[in-house]
Formats: sequence, structure tokens, C-alpha cells
Amino acid sequence: MTRSSLAALAPLLWLLAPLFLVLLPHAPHLPLWISLSWLAFALLRLVAEQTGRQPVGRVLKMLLALAGVAGVLFSYGTVIGPAGGVALLVYLSGAKLLETHTPRDRLGLLFVGCFLLVAHFLDGQSLMTAAYMAFAALALVAGMIATQSPVATLKDARPTLAFAARLMAQALPLALLIFLLFPRLQGPLWGLPQQAAARTGLSDQMSPGDISQLILSDELAFRAEFSGAQPTPQQLYWRGPVFWDYDGRAWRTATPVRAALPEAVGLGNPVRYSLTLEPHRQRWLLLLGLPTQLPELPDNPTRLGADLQWVTKAPINQRLRYEVEAYPDYQLENVILAINGPPAPALRSRALALPVEGNPRARELAQGWLDGAANDEAIVNQALTLFRAQPFFYTLNPPRLGASAVDDFLFTTRRGFCEHYASSFVFLMRAAGVPARVVTGYQGGEHNPLGNYLIVRGRDAHAWAEVWLAGRGWVRIDPTAAVAPSRVERGIAAALPAGERPGGLIRLEGAWLRPLGLGWDLINNQWNQWVLGYNQERQRQFLSRFNPMLGNWLGMVWALGLGASLLVLVVGIALWPRLAIIRSDPASREYQRFCRALARCRVPRGAAEAPEDYARRAVALRPDLGNEIKRITRLYLAARYGPEGGDTLRDLQAGVRAFRPARRPAAKWP
Amino acid sequence: MASATLPYLPWRKPGVECGPLRLTSRRLYILPTRSGLVFALLLLGLLVGAINYGVSLVYLFTFWFVGLGVVGMLHTHRNLSGLVLQSGTAAPVFTGETACFKLRVANPSRLLRQRIGLRHAQGQGKPDDIAGGCETLLELPLPQLERGWKTPGHFSIHSAFPLGLFRCWTVLELDWGVLVYPRPAADAVPLPAPDADDGEGNAARGEGLEFDGLRVYQPGDASRRIAWKASARGGDKLLTKQFASTAGASLWLSWWQTPERDVESRLSRLTRWALDAHAAGLAYGLKLPGRTLPPQTGEAHLRQCLEALARHGQA
Repeated sequence: MTRSSLAALAPLLWLLAPLFLVLLPHAPHLPLWISLSWLAFALLRLVAEQTGRQPVGRVLKMLLALAGVAGVLFSYGTVIGPAGGVALLVYLSGAKLLETHTPRDRLGLLFVGCFLLVAHFLDGQSLMTAAYMAFAALALVAGMIATQSPVATLKDARPTLAFAARLMAQALPLALLIFLLFPRLQGPLWGLPQQAAARTGLSDQMSPGDISQLILSDELAFRAEFSGAQPTPQQLYWRGPVFWDYDGRAWRTATPVRAALPEAVGLGNPVRYSLTLEPHRQRWLLLLGLPTQLPELPDNPTRLGADLQWVTKAPINQRLRYEVEAYPDYQLENVILAINGPPAPALRSRALALPVEGNPRARELAQGWLDGAANDEAIVNQALTLFRAQPFFYTLNPPRLGASAVDDFLFTTRRGFCEHYASSFVFLMRAAGVPARVVTGYQGGEHNPLGNYLIVRGRDAHAWAEVWLAGRGWVRIDPTAAVAPSRVERGIAAALPAGERPGGLIRLEGAWLRPLGLGWDLINNQWNQWVLGYNQERQRQFLSRFNPMLGNWLGMVWALGLGASLLVLVVGIALWPRLAIIRSDPASREYQRFCRALARCRVPRGAAEAPEDYARRAVALRPDLGNEIKRITRLYLAARYGPEGGDTLRDLQAGVRAFRPARRPAAKWP
Repeated sequence: MASATLPYLPWRKPGVECGPLRLTSRRLYILPTRSGLVFALLLLGLLVGAINYGVSLVYLFTFWFVGLGVVGMLHTHRNLSGLVLQSGTAAPVFTGETACFKLRVANPSRLLRQRIGLRHAQGQGKPDDIAGGCETLLELPLPQLERGWKTPGHFSIHSAFPLGLFRCWTVLELDWGVLVYPRPAADAVPLPAPDADDGEGNAARGEGLEFDGLRVYQPGDASRRIAWKASARGGDKLLTKQFASTAGASLWLSWWQTPERDVESRLSRLTRWALDAHAAGLAYGLKLPGRTLPPQTGEAHLRQCLEALARHGQA
């Protein structure tokens, strides 16, 4: 390709490159045909630009656009909304390439690029995404500059990019100011779209394999920061969904337990913590211990069941932060489920219900314990002894279980994971007449010393059991701890056999890489707290720290108006062109002064009037000044164009200084 | 692109100005371009999206684009601010041709001024850059449809650099103009016969002309022009006295000799004749009602004649 043809292509390349950068991260979310057509359109246009021929007629263009609309309708069922709308816009931006000729067309397409860039944040807002998008925005701005300045070729891309970077940098303070002060509204203006995105984290039922899937993921579940004392690892049970009903295969809660603050007594001292939950698109929240008071969530009413299961009304689609004060140790429903107690026979029978058939050996074993044991606690201990004494193994890859899953696990395979242990333990308890239920949630977490908070990931997901014992209420029993105590004390990686540790775990366990990973998580945490989680509540909290007046939206609007004006003023002054750097030579300066003096006498110098012509004209108009005018003009010409040196300049200066003409000629000229 | 002058506030109608004038904030207008308005709409849409979806980064980038628009506006304004304008010259043209007005624009700062253009109701100039501390001639080509001294009237100097979202401009009128000669008649009518005999021709060859020098005799030179004395001194070659207008036979182009009868056609015819006579190297004079130019040759004489024709009937 010759240099001249490259220069001819430059405006187009300045358009294509930024758009490509913006669209690249969209590609994984789009149907392949859209990405491919976009590339085909771009290629077609490049070829057309080189050959100078129109590749596509007007009718075909129309057909192409219609085909795109139809295709998107077919793929998404709609052309509006974030997913379908973005897909259509991407396609049409490609089709528009075929008929983009004027700078204004190109500018319009770059605006579409701006829109698509921002739309990408609906899919993800990580720090890396933001950094990439800032770079793409830089390319877009450079493209916008290139539409204005057609001399910008690829060869001098650097000044254009540098200029774009300067513009972006100068715009950033204003952007941050508005970001901080623009009053955040709560809640959507119209319905949020039904996100097709997968739910993550614990689900509302537990069947074998669910949690081990979760454990393989390095995905962040939540972060927790304790103010004051931190609980011991044995206390770090983050309570999520509680399951009551077993159908022989999966645990679930068909009907939620009545909503009421549970009848419970906290023991010891409460701890305070704040928890930042990643959006999991489900309705459960996590709790550690027994809360003294239930925090209010903005615009999403919550409900705490009697089984300490905390759920929201709407799915959690955004990162959520809440603060809780809670007792890590507590007594729950000490009396309610007493055998002869009046209130809750239904609940008790629910905590004892088992499928009618299946797992005969387990039932037999439990019946034996029931016959031989003095009380329920003895039965619990027998079960735990079974797990400890028999060769049970803790593994992520348990063999498949048959129709009688509990029997198979307890007597045949004996290899399993927390869900197997919790599930079979609760089965045994119920078969032996001890009320029991399965609790899922997270256990432990990684402490980040850099930020002094706890990082809890998918791999910390856990399932345990609760049994109701007379005089003690619901008691947490973790059968997994009986098999692999290190699971509770030191986390999942320590509990697993070395060959099974997932890649992510090994990576973070590497001693020298650990601080790096933790530092990165700290940055991410701050990013989440301050940028992504900057919502109405956070904004008010943060701004009132500076001035209580900023705590409401009116104050923010005032501050925004004042601050933005001030900032624009400052930037404007900083950008003001410094004039008069170029000094004319002294003779010209003197002559200009002389011309101004004459202009005050209503004899202005014409635009292109030569000094001699001007002098002649001026003398004709003001004969009274004739001698002075002629002398100064002569001196000026001599100083300006004559040989260097001499006293002409000094004479000129003196002459001009002495030149003080009256506004009008003297009334009478003798 | 449809070219129209950019607007100005009606109570600040620009008057004719002369001399160097500096573009200050008092003169400069700045408004969003059509693209700028589209961009503003886009930002509004993004803001609504940010509020609806509650996505922080949508807020942040939307505000970043807002900031870019504002900073772009300041840059656009400073791109014009402080420039010093001075009317340049415009070479005379014939009616129907395009006159190229040249505006001298000085940049008294170190800042590179980019993409500064001129615009007028009848045309616009190619935008140009002005390096720091330099002076550039910005061209404004305007088609000329009438003869005479033509002032361009209002024009604007404008720029939308760097982002094209805002346009900064000012409307001016300078004390400049261009001389537009009549359109030369298209069809060829032979030149009127030169005055071969004496009479007016004598006057032309006599007192009115200045002795211009000697040249070697060529066959056909009038015998009374031969410089006998000088030839005798000079040697074997005959020398001919030359007068300023004696390059060819003298010729009168007269208002009353044209075949056409209406004013403009007569002027067109005379213009054509003057150009033809000049091209043929003839000495020619011009007779207009109220103005007579004696026969001469040369560029300066042609320009004088054309100016007389252009200004005929005008003050």
C-alpha cells in the first residue's frame, strides 16, 4: 500500500479503529453473525475506499438494514432493551459504515460508539473493564478530533492521541465532581429488564453436586469487615438458605417458615460487621450470628424467618452493602419445639419429616441409635462418631450415588463433600427422631491484612446441620468438621487432598503470590465500595461528612452548580491563550503608537495603507500637523528599513513621545 | 454544505472596520453545532440509563463525556480567541470569475490555532491552521457577478475544532473590496480600424508621448522616426526613435464605436477589445463618456483601462 493511499484511508481508519476497540468486548455477548457482518461491512468499506467505487447500492443497503432488524428480532425476540438494542445498534453501526462520507457522518457514528461503550457497563463493571473502556474512550475522542482535522493521518497519530488524552485529562476533574455531587436517585425509572444472566452462589435447593460446583469457582461471594473483635474461625458460619424438606434427592424449603423475629437469646458480646454482597440475582442474604436489629435495605423489604433465614422481596441485582450487629453465639427457639409444648407441632413434624421410602439401612441404623440412646445428644454423638471412626473421605469428586443416596454414601462410597455429610447427617437425625434441618451458607473466608477485611468466595460455600436439643434449642452441628477438621479451621484448600485443589486455590496459596492477590483484592474492594457502590445512601453518608448541608439533594445541586462553575472557570483560565508573546520590533511599536494618536484625531490608518500614503493623506487632512507627521514617517521608515544603528530609533521614540496632536485643528489658521 | 453567514445578535450588527482588530470574547459567539446537540441528547439518554439501571460506571463515563463537551467548548473558544485580523488584498477579476479575498490572520500566541475557516453568504474558504507566532493568509473565494468596486460585506471567521461539538465564530465587515472588471464579450468582433492618418493620431504620436529610447531599425518603421543623428554616431546600423506608445499602430476604442447599444454590453465589448489589443501589442486609447485615456501599451495601461471600464457610471 502506498503512502498516498494510506493517507486517503486515514479518515476511515480513524473511524474504524475506535469503533473496533469499543465493539470488541461486546463480541462475546453477541451472536456470531452480528460480529461477522460488522467485520464484513468494515472490510467492504475499506475496499470501496481503495477502489473508489460504491460497493452497495441504495436498495441493497435498505435490505441489509432490514435484514439486521429481522435477524436481531429472531435472535432476541426484541430490538429494544439492553441486549437486543445493543445488538441492533452494533449491526446498524456496521451497515452505516457503508454510507459514511462526510465528517459529520463520522462524528455521528463515533457518538454511537460512545453509547455502545457505556452500554457495556451493564454487563460488567470491573476495574479492568473500566480501564479498557477509558482507553477506548480515548480512541473515540481522537477519532472525533480526526473528523475535524482531516490532515491527521495515521503517521501523525501520536499528536492527535496526545491531544485527546489531554482533553480527557482536563475533563476528568469535572467528571469526578459531577459524579460525587450529582444526586443519586433510588430505584429504576422503569422496570429493570429480566436479566438472563445466570444466578450465582448458593441456590434455593441443595442436591448432590451443587455446592462442589460452587467450590470450584473462585468467584467473589461477599466481603465482610468487622469493626472491633473478629470472631474465631469456629464462629465464622455465614448463614444463607435453610432447608427443611427432603424428597430423597434434593433439599429445599417448599414454604418459608413464618416471619417473625425468632425467639432467641444472644450470648456473650455482639460483634459489628459490614457485609458487601456481590449481586447473585437471588433473594437470600447472609447473616453471621443472631442480629440485634435487622438492617433496613433501601427499597427492598426484607423478612427474617424464625429459622434465621433472611430473604429479600426482590432479587439482589446490584452489589449490596449492609451493617449488622449480631451475637455470634446464641440460643435459638429453646422452648418452642419442646415435644409437649403447645405452639409448634407443625414445625416439629416438619423437622422430622422424611420420604416414606428409601434408604432402609440408614433408617435401621438410626432406629438402633434411638433404641439405645439415653437422650438426643447421645444420638448426635453417635452419628459424629460414625463419621470419625469409619473411613470417610473428604473429596470434591465423589462417586455417583444411586437411588438410595444416603445408604450408598454411608455404607458404600464414603467419599463426599460437605453437602453429602450434612444431608446424610440430617437424614439420620430425623430417622432417629431428632428434629434437624440443613443450613447452607459460607464458612470462613480469607483475611486480607492490607484492608483488614474478610474475602469470602464461592469456594468457601458450605453446608451444615442444625439439630434441636431440649434445653439448648437449635444447635449447629458440622459433620464435615468431624471428617476434615481443617476445613473449618483453615479453609477448603487445607481440607482437600493436594491433587484436588482447584487451580485458583493453588495460585492464591503460593506464598509469594499471596500478597499480590490480596493487594489486588483490596483495590477491587475499594473500587466496589467507592465507585460501584456509590449509591444514594453512600453518597449522603459521604457528603454529610464534609457538611451536613450536603446531606440532601438540594444541597448537592447547589454544591454541584457552584463547584462545576468554579472548576470550568479554573480550566478556562488555565487554557486561556497567552497573548503578546510575540513582540513587534520597537520601531513598529512606536509607529503603531503614532497611528493610534492620529486615529484619535479621526485620521485612522487604512487596512493596507502604506506609511507614505497614510502620511500624505494625513497631512492633507491635518496640515497643522504636517511637519511632525512627515518627520515621524521618515524616521520610522529609516529605522525599520534603513541601515542598522544610528540614532533614528531614538529620534523616532522621542518624536512619537512628543507627538500630542489636538483633537481638532486649531480653529483659526493664520 | 449550504453556506450561509453565521448569525449575530441583531443589536450588535457589525459595522465596517479597518485596521488590525483582535478577536476578543466580546466579539466571539459560541454555540453547539448540530452534532453538538445530538451529542447532548445522547448524554441525556445515557444519564437516564444510568439512573434507571443504577450503574455507577455509566454515571461516571456519562459525566466524563459531559466534561469533555465542556472542555471541548473551552478549547474551541480559545482556538479563535486573541487572533488579530487585517484585511489583505484581493486581485481584480472579471465579472463571472471568483475573487479571492485574503484575510491576514496573525496568531500572537504560542498556541497552534487549527482549522480556522472563513464563511460568507456566497462561499467559504478552506479551513487552515496558524502556527504559534505566525501570520497566515486565509482565503475567501467569492464569485463576482457584477462589475465595479465590490465589498464583500459581512463574513464570518469560525472554527469548530477540536471536537466539532461547538462552533465559535464572529461576524465582521472589513473595509476591503475587489475591483471587478466587466465580463469580456464572448464573440469576436474585429477591433475598430486604427486611425492610420493624422489628426488624433498626431496627437497620440506627438506631445502626449514621451521619448522612450532607441532600437535597431526594422523594415516598416516610419522614416521620420529614424534617429539620424544617433544612427550617424552609432555606426552602420540605423536606429529608430521609440515612444512609449509606438509599439504598434495606435488605436481608439470608443464607446460610440461598439456595435452594441446598452451600457453593459458596450463595456463588455470594450473590455474584449482592450484585452485583444493588449494581446496584439497595439497601442490603444479608450474613450468613454466623461473619460478618455490616451493610447498606450503595457500592463499598467491595460489595468487602467479595465478599471475605468469597471468603474464606469459609478462613483
